[in-house]
Amino acid sequence: MSATAEAMAPRAAAFTPVGPTVIDCQLQKVFYGDFLAVRNSNVPIEKGKITGFIGPSGCGKSTVLRSLNRMNDLIPIFRFEGHVKYHGQDVYGKNVDPVVVRRYIGMVFQQPNPFSMSIYDNVAFGLRLNRYKGNLEERVQKALERAALWKEVKDKLNKSGLSLSGGQQQRLCIARAIATEPDVLLMDEPCSALDPIATRQVEQLMLELKESYTVALVTHNMQQATRVADTTAFFGVDISQGGRTGYLVEMDETRRIFEDPQEDLTKQYVSGEFS
Amino acid sequence: MALNPFEHADSASSVSGPPSGSDYLADSVFRIIALSCAALIILLILFILWEIGGLALPAMAQHGLSFVSGTTWNVGTQEFGVLPEIWGTLYSSFLALILGGTFGVAIAIFLTQDFIHARLAAVFRTIVELLAAIPSVVYGLWGIYVVIPMLRPVAEWLHSELGFIPIFGTELSGPGMAPAALVLAIMILPTVAAITVDAFRRIPYKVKEAAYGMGTTRWEAILKVMLPTASSGILAALVLGFGRALGETMALAMLIGNSNQINLSLFAPANTLASLLASSFPEAGQIEVQALMYAAVVLLLITLVVNVVGLGIQQYTVRKFEGKA
Repeated sequence: MSATAEAMAPRAAAFTPVGPTVIDCQLQKVFYGDFLAVRNSNVPIEKGKITGFIGPSGCGKSTVLRSLNRMNDLIPIFRFEGHVKYHGQDVYGKNVDPVVVRRYIGMVFQQPNPFSMSIYDNVAFGLRLNRYKGNLEERVQKALERAALWKEVKDKLNKSGLSLSGGQQQRLCIARAIATEPDVLLMDEPCSALDPIATRQVEQLMLELKESYTVALVTHNMQQATRVADTTAFFGVDISQGGRTGYLVEMDETRRIFEDPQEDLTKQYVSGEFS
Repeated sequence: MALNPFEHADSASSVSGPPSGSDYLADSVFRIIALSCAALIILLILFILWEIGGLALPAMAQHGLSFVSGTTWNVGTQEFGVLPEIWGTLYSSFLALILGGTFGVAIAIFLTQDFIHARLAAVFRTIVELLAAIPSVVYGLWGIYVVIPMLRPVAEWLHSELGFIPIFGTELSGPGMAPAALVLAIMILPTVAAITVDAFRRIPYKVKEAAYGMGTTRWEAILKVMLPTASSGILAALVLGFGRALGETMALAMLIGNSNQINLSLFAPANTLASLLASSFPEAGQIEVQALMYAAVVLLLITLVVNVVGLGIQQYTVRKFEGKA
């Protein structure tokens, strides 16, 4: 892209959160091979808050989320320009092992993906991985309670995690992710495979989680963002360069994004003109 | 022809209608063909059991269970016992399973867990599967002319240095358990590797993602997540490999030494049921043939038990790890 084209590209007014930021994410360009997937997305993640990522399909919101804990490293053709800093430290620094990053920044995925082992072992997985010396059972129970799953599984902790229903599996995955109490929890459309009741429970959990942790949430559901997110980042798709390139249109307090958006595109999106 | 209660549903342009009589006929014909093919297989197995059992009946009546516990095979005195062959069959197959199983699973991990480029992995996999295309007798010849000479110095050293351990207790005189088990391991390797590769391939990408998302290193992801996830498939691979090893005949008849003895030593000659059958039949008289038929029944039973037990263990892991009823 030439300098002029870059200058002409729409660029969001930078959003600076009031409180301290945990992750300072500035992605100028994200590529998969030659394909420019995301550009100009500066998404600060504020401590102790829920940051929601919304936008139409293919807008790169998942890509941005996955850059935060280096999950994109699993895709060999992924590369990016910019930086992601976690507590001021470069996540992509030369001597930084992505494994370490992912132990501090946990993740819950779109599809429930419990391991084919017992419910107990699923939740204890991260604790054992980190060689946790304390009371394992207590931690497992606490994580399951917080994930609103304890009552349903307390009598069958030895049963396979895959024997649960879809909604229960997703809550199991959340329990697995929060058992180690990671500093930041990334959630990539965690409710898209859930029924309304399970969705409600997971949203309740997110609100509880932000008491002690930071949450970044990708959601396809605008109502979910209004219900739980403190700050919302709206991503759009730019098709002017030939491909479908996602970029940050606007980021602000959730209330402002939905009630008083500054960009026309945001206005159209939140009023349901396209999705 | 089925009754069509909707004949008069009045949508003028509708092309909907019931399947024709020939559609229904084709349905039934196809069902009957499929059913008879399935039934034929079951009947064939029963027929084989019936025939062999019938031929073995005189020997069964005469020797009873002492056939299974006896250790001599002497046509002259009409003493027939196959305990050494049962031992040899299980021991050689077990050794082959340990070797071939370990290598097979390791190769499958290497081919599926992003150690090499996918295209190179496909080439590699084809080469491993080619091992299955080599005829048994060629393996036997290779064993005689390559494996045994290569093993000789190793076996000599192990026997002289570690001879106090029972498994190195004798000298390698030529054919024996070690070369037989080695070649057998290579023969079951492609089966184990190919089925294990499929078991790993079936693991959805999201499981790998979940493992890395928890902050596992590559080896932690493979050992703690991928292996348990693939465990039922790997067990199936091992059961099939073991089954193949139990029944393998030609290469073993050439390599194991055909000696009627029970010995823990890897370097001692031994015998298996299959190779006993193969090597004794050509010159057997009527009485011996009956005894050999009895031995065949024993081999069939062992194979059957191994497969049923293996299947049971596999079902158990499916229930335990995958939560399926």
